[in-house]
Amino acid sequence: MARITLDNLRHSYSANPVSTDDYALKEIDLDWTDGGAYALLGPSGCGKSTLLNIISGLLNPTSGRVLFDGKDVTALPPDRRNIAQVFQFPVIYDTMTVYDNLAFPLRNRGVDHGQIDSRVHEIATMLELTDSLSTRASHLTPDNKQKISMGRGLVRDDVNAIMFDEPLTVIDPELKWKLRSKLKELHQSIASTMIYVTHDQTEALTFADQVVVMQEGEIVQIGTPIELFERPLHTFVGHFIGSPGMNILPAELVGGAIRFLGHAVELEGPVKNNQGSLEIGIRPEYVRIGTTGIPSVIRKVADIGRRTVIEANVNDIIVNAITEDVPPEQGEEVYLEFKPSQTRLYADSWIATEVGA
Amino acid sequence: MKPRYLVPIIYILFLLLPIYWLIAMSFKTTNEILGGFSLFPQNFTLDNYRTIFTESVWYWGYFNSILYVSLNTVISLIAALPAAYAFSRYSFIGDKHLFFWLLTNRMAPAAVFALPFFQLYSSVGLFDTHLAVALAHCLFNIPLAVWILEGFMSSVPKELDETAYVDGYSFHRFFITVFIPSIKAGVGVAAFFCFMFSWVELLLAKTLTAVDAKPIAATMTRTASSAGYELGLLAAAGVLTIIPGAIVIYFVRNYIAKGFALGRV
Amino acid sequence: MKTVNQHGWLFVLPVLLLVAFNALVPLMTVVNYSVQETFGNNQFFWVGLRWFEEILQSERFHAALGRQMLFTVTILIIEIPLGVAIALAMPRRGFWVPVCLVLMSLPLLIPWNVVGAMWNIFTLPDIGLLGYTLNNVLGIDYNMTQDPLAAWITVIVMDVWHWTSLVVLLSYAGLISIPEAYYQAAKIDGASNWSVFRHIQLPKMKRVLTIAVLLRFMDSFNIYTEPFVLTGGGPGNSTTLLSIDLVKVALGQFDLGPAAAMSLIYFAITLAVSWLFYTLMTRDDR
Repeated sequence: MARITLDNLRHSYSANPVSTDDYALKEIDLDWTDGGAYALLGPSGCGKSTLLNIISGLLNPTSGRVLFDGKDVTALPPDRRNIAQVFQFPVIYDTMTVYDNLAFPLRNRGVDHGQIDSRVHEIATMLELTDSLSTRASHLTPDNKQKISMGRGLVRDDVNAIMFDEPLTVIDPELKWKLRSKLKELHQSIASTMIYVTHDQTEALTFADQVVVMQEGEIVQIGTPIELFERPLHTFVGHFIGSPGMNILPAELVGGAIRFLGHAVELEGPVKNNQGSLEIGIRPEYVRIGTTGIPSVIRKVADIGRRTVIEANVNDIIVNAITEDVPPEQGEEVYLEFKPSQTRLYADSWIATEVGA
Repeated sequence: MKPRYLVPIIYILFLLLPIYWLIAMSFKTTNEILGGFSLFPQNFTLDNYRTIFTESVWYWGYFNSILYVSLNTVISLIAALPAAYAFSRYSFIGDKHLFFWLLTNRMAPAAVFALPFFQLYSSVGLFDTHLAVALAHCLFNIPLAVWILEGFMSSVPKELDETAYVDGYSFHRFFITVFIPSIKAGVGVAAFFCFMFSWVELLLAKTLTAVDAKPIAATMTRTASSAGYELGLLAAAGVLTIIPGAIVIYFVRNYIAKGFALGRV
Repeated sequence: MKTVNQHGWLFVLPVLLLVAFNALVPLMTVVNYSVQETFGNNQFFWVGLRWFEEILQSERFHAALGRQMLFTVTILIIEIPLGVAIALAMPRRGFWVPVCLVLMSLPLLIPWNVVGAMWNIFTLPDIGLLGYTLNNVLGIDYNMTQDPLAAWITVIVMDVWHWTSLVVLLSYAGLISIPEAYYQAAKIDGASNWSVFRHIQLPKMKRVLTIAVLLRFMDSFNIYTEPFVLTGGGPGNSTTLLSIDLVKVALGQFDLGPAAAMSLIYFAITLAVSWLFYTLMTRDDR
């Protein structure tokens, strides 16, 4: 197990990168402590898989360093970094039995038979694969195959980190949930550093202690799931996390006060930066339908089970609200109230308010 | 360059040597050829090609080959498309046996069939026609085409068919305007293989023709044996038989490897 | 899941008619000949299984079959591993891939008698590139019209030249269908190159290799035109493979009965061996 440090990493797939647009990873600095569960979250093409492949050594970064426990491993090949990786599609050795699949990484490293045997059985028990140890791996279902690819990482007791590259993509929805809780459980029992790459916010938020949100090759925020939800540092995070995402509304500064379409809006605290284009960010969860506030017309009402998502129209700008109360009717005229402590200001997409006293 | 690339490079050189020699010979005069060894043509001549392009026996041979090969490719594909669809989508009594039986026809030695073929096609009055050769080559090309196309069709999800029916397509319209375009690559690969095997086969083609539909390759054999040893002419004709194949392969170059990979071969 | 639909037969009908016309009618003719004796003038006499008995006991057939087996086994042993090795060494993507594929496919697209003629010209002792180089540059005495061993080696080299590319194409197709993640996982698992080949590449190529072996077996067992044009079966009978022998009997001597019986035995052998191959190589799938 190890602490993983990424120092000033940049990567470009083109041979001679000129502008910053040529970089798949623009500049990454990160410090992950030993034994944590981390997630890399972002839309497809944001560079998260590139970052993962650099950490595992499958790619060499254009510049910057990767350090495990303070030791520079940037130049080491994957097998000497002692990491394990689980891919999007289950990678198993078709011709081997489940047992041989699990034993493969140990055999390649010349571990003695007795130790291999006990280790394989231990991991198989953990993954509930003991019954199928002697079956051919190609005969298993996708979720069990994915368990084997995890198992091949887990059998090695020298791994610095286990990385997951969207491992649940090909798994049936009902099994996804099971496998995810299995993962969480594994992390708690073996306490190794785990890095989980996904574009699915639910997977990231349920798995990780700390989530790194990426966009276009840059890290936009690092934080616990709660922090990301409650106080996004960037409108992208606000928008990407949550369902529906944060309302990002046009704002103007009039005589020292922030207004949204002429209505004064009270913010969480003092504004530290009012330069650039200003936007108000408020989560639908904190928009209340009331009797005073901003007048609007209900455009759409969608029942999502326990709660209701409401689309309200304020002068052709849509504001989402989530309520657990009896929802208003479509076409009804209502007033929207923003909870001040959860209302943030963003300047050029970055947060511009400070938490109030 | 990685050292392992030497393997394909050496292999390709090995492949090209005899072809080079054939080309070199085709530009030599008979005297130069028989006079002794020379790596490059000393008295470069186009006479051999001129002969081929001016004597009707030669250029007709060329047309004949192209005609029956194209005809065969078209017939094979038209017959194979619906059959492959049936094998990939439906299960019916005897389907597996039928499929295996089709494949066994590739195993029949052409030499075995040569004489009966001659009799069969003579008795139905098709002897020495392009159609005879085109039909005879169906024996080994149709099973291959069905096999390749079946692989491609099986990789198209069945939902495509169902969606089309829900959208109100008739079977014919669906098959021609939706389904076939979606397996374009497969049709290309199948057509390539039909063309190739029909183009290179000679035993049946020679057996079933005399004058009117005689393939270029057969004209060559006759020249080689009857008109003494006109090596230069023979070489030039040989070079010309390589060209259509080379053109076809250039067009399907990106599909060849992929075609095999996608098709469930 | 496939739906049960007996209309499938309608779809298959055109194929069935075309292939049946080409396969069944000639096959019946052959069967018919194989049990009769003819003295010309379209007079036929029933002889039962006499031809089959004679052929199965004849030295000549045994010799031809022996040569055929030797030939087929030799070219399989050379072409399959060589084809796989070349496919492994090829680049996986980029500009050179189509170039390699086009150049490698060239021999496959040359009419078979041209292949024979080309190799004939190539190997002529004093004026062929290979013949001249061997005799006059390397000082190896080479003349395949007189030396059976030289003739054999030439026929085999020609076949390797002609058909190895088919194995390369098939293996290469199998190789590029392996997702990159397999190689990455193997790297992380610390697998050696041999392990990657043995546990990833070979299993993924198995399907296409089955096809390659089957096609090469069938086609080499039926080979006629190329060696006939190159050596005419000689010197002596040394390169008279089954098909060449068959045509000699059928057309040269016009012994239709024995030739037909021989074809059927020959066909049966091809069928049996192909079936055996097929079952052995696909056994693990079920």
